[in-house]
Amino acid sequence: MSKKINLVFKMKQEILDILKRYNSNRARLLDILWDIHNIYGYIPDEALPTLSEALNMSKIDISETVSFYHFFHDKPSGKYRIYLADTVIAKMSGFQEVLETLEQETKCPFGDTDVSGTFGLYETSCIGLSDQEPAMLIDKVVFNNLTPKKVTNIITQIKAGKTPLEISTPKAIKTKDVAYIDNLVQTTIYKSGPVFFKSNTNYKSLLSKCLDFHPLEIIDNISESNIKGRGGAGFPTGLKWQLCREADGEQKYVICNADEGEPGTFKDRILLTRSPKDVLVGMIIGGYSIGSDTGIIYLRSEYWYIKEYLENQIQELKNESLLGENILGSSFSFNIRIQMGAGSYVCGDETALLESCEGKRGTPRVKPPYPIQNGYLGKPTIINNVETFAAITRISEKGGKWYGAMGTKDSTGTRLLSVSGDCERPGIYEIEWGITLGEVLKMVGAKNAKAVQVSGPSGECVSAKLAENRIICYSDLSCNGSFMIFDETRDILDIVESFMHFFVEESCGICIPCRVGNVDLHNMMKRIRARKATQKDLDDIVSWSKIIKSTSRCGLGTTSPKPILTTLDQFPEIYKEKIVVQKGSLLPSFDMDKALLDHDNAHKELSNKNATNE
Amino acid sequence: MNSVIITIDGKKIKTTKGETLVDVANKNGIYIPTLCYMKDKPCLGTCRVCSVKVNDYLISSCTVPVADGMVVEVENDKEGADMRKALIELLFVEGNHNCPSCEKSGRCELQAVGYETNMMVSRFPYRFPVNERDYASDNIWLERDRCIFCQRCVEFIKDKETNQKIFSISNRGSKSRIEIDIDLADKMSLEQVAEAADMCPVGCIINKNQGFNKAIGKRKFEIETVRERALNTQKNSKTT
Amino acid sequence: MEKETDKNTFYSHDLPSTKMDTKVMAKRDEKIQVAMIGLCGCWGCTLSFLDIDERIIGLLEKVAITRSSLTDIKRIPKRCKIAFVEGGVANEENIETLEHFRENCDIMISVGACAVWGGVPAMRNDVSLKDCLTEAYVCNVGAVTGDKPVIPYHKDLPRITNKVYPCHEVVKMDYFIPGCPPDGDAIFKVLDDLANGREVNLPTSLTRYD
Repeated sequence: MSKKINLVFKMKQEILDILKRYNSNRARLLDILWDIHNIYGYIPDEALPTLSEALNMSKIDISETVSFYHFFHDKPSGKYRIYLADTVIAKMSGFQEVLETLEQETKCPFGDTDVSGTFGLYETSCIGLSDQEPAMLIDKVVFNNLTPKKVTNIITQIKAGKTPLEISTPKAIKTKDVAYIDNLVQTTIYKSGPVFFKSNTNYKSLLSKCLDFHPLEIIDNISESNIKGRGGAGFPTGLKWQLCREADGEQKYVICNADEGEPGTFKDRILLTRSPKDVLVGMIIGGYSIGSDTGIIYLRSEYWYIKEYLENQIQELKNESLLGENILGSSFSFNIRIQMGAGSYVCGDETALLESCEGKRGTPRVKPPYPIQNGYLGKPTIINNVETFAAITRISEKGGKWYGAMGTKDSTGTRLLSVSGDCERPGIYEIEWGITLGEVLKMVGAKNAKAVQVSGPSGECVSAKLAENRIICYSDLSCNGSFMIFDETRDILDIVESFMHFFVEESCGICIPCRVGNVDLHNMMKRIRARKATQKDLDDIVSWSKIIKSTSRCGLGTTSPKPILTTLDQFPEIYKEKIVVQKGSLLPSFDMDKALLDHDNAHKELSNKNATNE
Repeated sequence: MNSVIITIDGKKIKTTKGETLVDVANKNGIYIPTLCYMKDKPCLGTCRVCSVKVNDYLISSCTVPVADGMVVEVENDKEGADMRKALIELLFVEGNHNCPSCEKSGRCELQAVGYETNMMVSRFPYRFPVNERDYASDNIWLERDRCIFCQRCVEFIKDKETNQKIFSISNRGSKSRIEIDIDLADKMSLEQVAEAADMCPVGCIINKNQGFNKAIGKRKFEIETVRERALNTQKNSKTT
Repeated sequence: MEKETDKNTFYSHDLPSTKMDTKVMAKRDEKIQVAMIGLCGCWGCTLSFLDIDERIIGLLEKVAITRSSLTDIKRIPKRCKIAFVEGGVANEENIETLEHFRENCDIMISVGACAVWGGVPAMRNDVSLKDCLTEAYVCNVGAVTGDKPVIPYHKDLPRITNKVYPCHEVVKMDYFIPGCPPDGDAIFKVLDDLANGREVNLPTSLTRYD
């Protein structure tokens, strides 16, 4: 008994230490929870009273945040938590065998822990490794290109007492070096330039040049480039910065959205690995432009293995006086911290990201007000994509005019494509806006492409034939970087069903259409695939999709029906094949055998039970 | 200068810039159904039932500040009306809304808005979910079958002393669940319990001390429909 | 379920009944044929139908009620225009009957909460059928100690469905009158609209869910 009291006392001390680290700041709840999670492997109920008292939050208020994020557990989740990415690309690359091997080797079913509490197995959405699936995280360490053999080897070593870090990384490699990341994953860039991945940038002279300009001149230069935000919404970056500069408020914030959650994209991972300073300097320029002294990188927790490297890069900039107090001797000061996410796709939405940064559930806010007026902690905030900040660095170096001359009229410059799926060379490509779909397919060596999922599940699924000449730009085939290719052998309806499952899992649940409606869309897709749907059901799914699209609160719900709508538009025949004509008066969706089976079974079981009782 | 003219269903309306669209419409005798919205409280924007066409684009009217020249379609837009109804229908399949056995029947905003949107049945498959009730608190019975996640109780019912949340939503998406902090709930005054039960638009937060306390024919929405209530409230606030 | 072929078995609807007056029959034939059924419900909606009171006289000028608990006719004798369906689908017999109705009626109306979405019987839907049967036949309060409990199961008994289904999830239904039960006024309005060839329009003031 006294041992238990001691343990509780020890836990209380540890939690108090953690709270002290963050000044018991409620806005840092995610960091506090991560620190607790890192010690215990879950957020113990016993921790809640201490947190509740220190943060002036009720226990259920803390649980509200804990239970929202899928990397947080509220009960023991295994000493090693294994998260296997269940993306459609993984499923095309041997996912099932890997999953089965994991279950066999760990003696643990997915969604649970094994008896000894050593392993916890969980499925997770895309972890940004679509060009090297199947892939899994064991907590902060990542393993790619998995095979049953590789999995067996990893699990055997863990059982023998080695840690995932020891298994993956030779002792000589430090986690703050790029070698660490390179050893874990591939960062394959097939085509780069003129904007991204330049190795010869002199950040010192660039920043010193910028600081000589008036902030408005910097913004003018960006406006002249006509660059639009790379998150997908395509808001003009120059205008965003200008509006934020003009917004009332002493304190302003710069946030870099590194919550690269759209299935199929991994360009931000590569930018943060290969050109982290392009991104950091872009943020510094942003801070100078809008009049902010604080930047936050919201890094998805799937990218823990990049964190120490990024922190080291931040330190290097500080050492050169490019970051920190009085940058290059000027009166301008700017600091950057990294905020880790905890597993939620919707946090890629800028206002959900703000909520998450403030230590709350990642529910998108009601707009207006917009972040430029009322952002992080209620202060004016610019939120831009990793790629946008990297491009800003180049624009500031080479001029807005130079950048604006590339691409098309409405989409200037270049952008990064994360190419995955059925092609010879999956990886990163820098393309000039205005390239056609057919040209991209040729470039990446996609010979038998049937369909391309452009911009991930929230984007469009197009037929490689019908859309061959469509132009990749905001006004035609808009692309947020995700580019997944499916050849003739792939079952498109299976992919659509997977995407709908993804949206059901990732909906934050705050608004009715998205929370409830997506479940019905997912169920209807299952019904169609099971050949239990009629033409009327098909008409229904279109009309339901329209309702969800039109009435949802944020971008997740307004785009979630797109896998259905776009495939129906491009491949109507695959739906028609599945449709049945009703015979008789019973609806095909009504499964009479299933409806009556329970009675048969219950009778059997209860009769047997009574017989053995006698 | 702050006076603007907007058009709702073809009717020109003079109003003040920045006022909330749903209020302006109701004030001018055009009813827009709402579920989560409470006048003079911060907008929650969770139910989307007040979605109407603004300049040809469907948007929840509780989040729209009016601006000059705005063209709004409410009842004239049949498609929008059907979508509002569909949202109510989604709620009726998501939970177990058994009106005949519910204490809140006749006083329930979901039910009343169902009537106003002309819902006869849900077009979506009924799910019959299994929800656990929470009756551990002294004065509140939490009937999770009926929660519609409007967030009214989460945002507007707080502990008087510490301002901490008494209600919260756990998990996310279709796994969302309403939670109650028993310790704080037991600190609530009977007045606050009544306030919470009354604020709940459905029969999820039930005051244990009450139950079926109003006879059929005398219940809130039998004396006054939710439409009349919305329009009258606005009319009264106009005169004051 | 297996079809009973034993020639000693008679269905009640095959039994001979007193023939009606031919003139009356002829007049009935000209009217709109209405069939009525109660599936898993409480017959409250049928009682509510009777709440249309004296208006039934005018209605019967236009319609003739064939298969119904009121007429005690067990099967639909000929094609009907309108079917009044009360109750949800809770067992095998309900499914068969609903099929029989859909095959023989043009317009199907779900009347009342049970038909519309399952209603009070659907309160069992969050409990498994096995638990329901255990509660009713194994662990019930009236069980005699030491007596062997029996779960009813026989080819002559319809099997119970895993949950109570709304009628429209089994066959297509055309109109819905919610309420537990609906007001006689609401039922009259819908029947009167249909009998007079008007588009069915149930006003909000007549709708209720409880």
